[in-house]
Amino acid sequence: MNAPANLKYAASHEWARPEADGTVTIGITDHAQEALGDIVFLELPAVGRVVKAGEECAVVESVKAASDIYSPLSGEVVDINQAAADAPESVNADAYAAWLFRIKPSNPTELDALLSADAYAATL
Amino acid sequence: MPLRTPLYDSHLAAGAKMVDFSGWEMPINYGSQIEEHHAVRRDAGMFDVSHMCALDLAGPDARTYLRHLLANDVAKLVTPGKALYSCMLNRAGGVIDDLIVYYFSPEHYRVVVNAGTTDKDVAWMRAQLSGVDGGFNATVMVRRKGSDDAVTLIALQGPNAHERRNTGVDAVAMIAVQGPHARERFWTAFPDSRAATEKLENFQATEFASTQGDWLVARTGYTGEDGFEITVPAEVAAEVWQALLAAGVKPCGLGARDTLRLEAGMNLYGQDMDESISPYEAGLKWTVDLKDPARDFIGKSALVGDSARHLHNEFAGLLLLDRGVLRAHQRVITPLGSGETTSGSFSPTLNQSIALARLPVGVAIGSEVEVEIRDKLLKARVVKPTFVRNGKPLI
Repeated sequence: MNAPANLKYAASHEWARPEADGTVTIGITDHAQEALGDIVFLELPAVGRVVKAGEECAVVESVKAASDIYSPLSGEVVDINQAAADAPESVNADAYAAWLFRIKPSNPTELDALLSADAYAATL
Repeated sequence: MPLRTPLYDSHLAAGAKMVDFSGWEMPINYGSQIEEHHAVRRDAGMFDVSHMCALDLAGPDARTYLRHLLANDVAKLVTPGKALYSCMLNRAGGVIDDLIVYYFSPEHYRVVVNAGTTDKDVAWMRAQLSGVDGGFNATVMVRRKGSDDAVTLIALQGPNAHERRNTGVDAVAMIAVQGPHARERFWTAFPDSRAATEKLENFQATEFASTQGDWLVARTGYTGEDGFEITVPAEVAAEVWQALLAAGVKPCGLGARDTLRLEAGMNLYGQDMDESISPYEAGLKWTVDLKDPARDFIGKSALVGDSARHLHNEFAGLLLLDRGVLRAHQRVITPLGSGETTSGSFSPTLNQSIALARLPVGVAIGSEVEVEIRDKLLKARVVKPTFVRNGKPLI
């Protein structure tokens, strides 16, 4: 089970990493990419979109199935990983390097409600 | 308790991820579904297809019975070992199952049916034995471990050793070895089988005595590639699998099997067709044989004549032009009305998403349509439903 200790997690299999500039980077966990199998398409949110915590805002499609991605935090989407969208298999190769989008959180205390690596691992 | 094939332990040893498929615990992949797909298109891969059910049909009336039971006509099978793809229809012309029937003699055929439909197929087939004019003198026997037939057969053992071999219900395992190098690798693993199998044409099978019991090797498959489907005694299945592995054949799961058959434009029963769909609506008109006017097969009256069901839609392929992935049951918007995708996925060979669909009659091949995916309308081109054959894109 690969879940780096320096990240926060949502039970719906997203990870979140607070950055020095106050934004938070979001991706899907290694467990999620493993369960999905070969990923072939990413539908990422529009930059500028305002989302609520728990809102569907991206879709990861593997050969097998489409899976909704929920934003772990409320805020504005300030960046998306176009390189990952252009090479969706990079999420299979390293789910923690191939991030999906960045949020400028409107309520940073929501981060505290996310799970630690151990707590996430315990949900699996 | 899910059902397991004789190769269950072999799958675990090969690192399979197992899933439930029609009550069977089967490998979905052994790592990467896409790599397995490419192995079959470029080299050789193997699938455990023992969840499909082999049935032996034997008796003096076997031939006339099958001519009544199936929409395709087994009368065209005259060379022993020759195989035929057919639908088995209900009286309304709906597809109960699609199957392959192998001819051994006018009194003995092998039928291979889908896993999820086995019980209803066997019940239907047995019910039709007593069908018309006093019924047919034939038996339907299930070649599966734990089948009641294993018990029945002890009573059926006759003095005729040959007949006993043909109608024996010893359990079998089935492995599909598919890909441009599948046959060569099979012969590397089993050099002694070469003489018996090298001359096989497409859709032809041969039975022979190997050092590991009686084998049936057929030049058939469900991938659009060359290869064999081999039926071996259940107790040697793991050894056969191991020998194929050692010869460089890559284990492939149901995931790759699905994308391979989709690229080949082949229907999946329960997904692209079912009892509410006629073969005409599933792109399978070529399998309905109406040449012999005297042949009255089940479902025929629903398909022909004044009372024929009208054909509202036809079967086509879709190639997604925008980025995304087509899935089953998405709405297709055409100038002639709406249609629906029946299967869809990502095509590893074309690196693009494809689907099978039922579209209103008259939507031209080559025309552009829209598919509703989530809240978006994406562009797709209507194509003939064979996307890839023998490793080559056809569109």
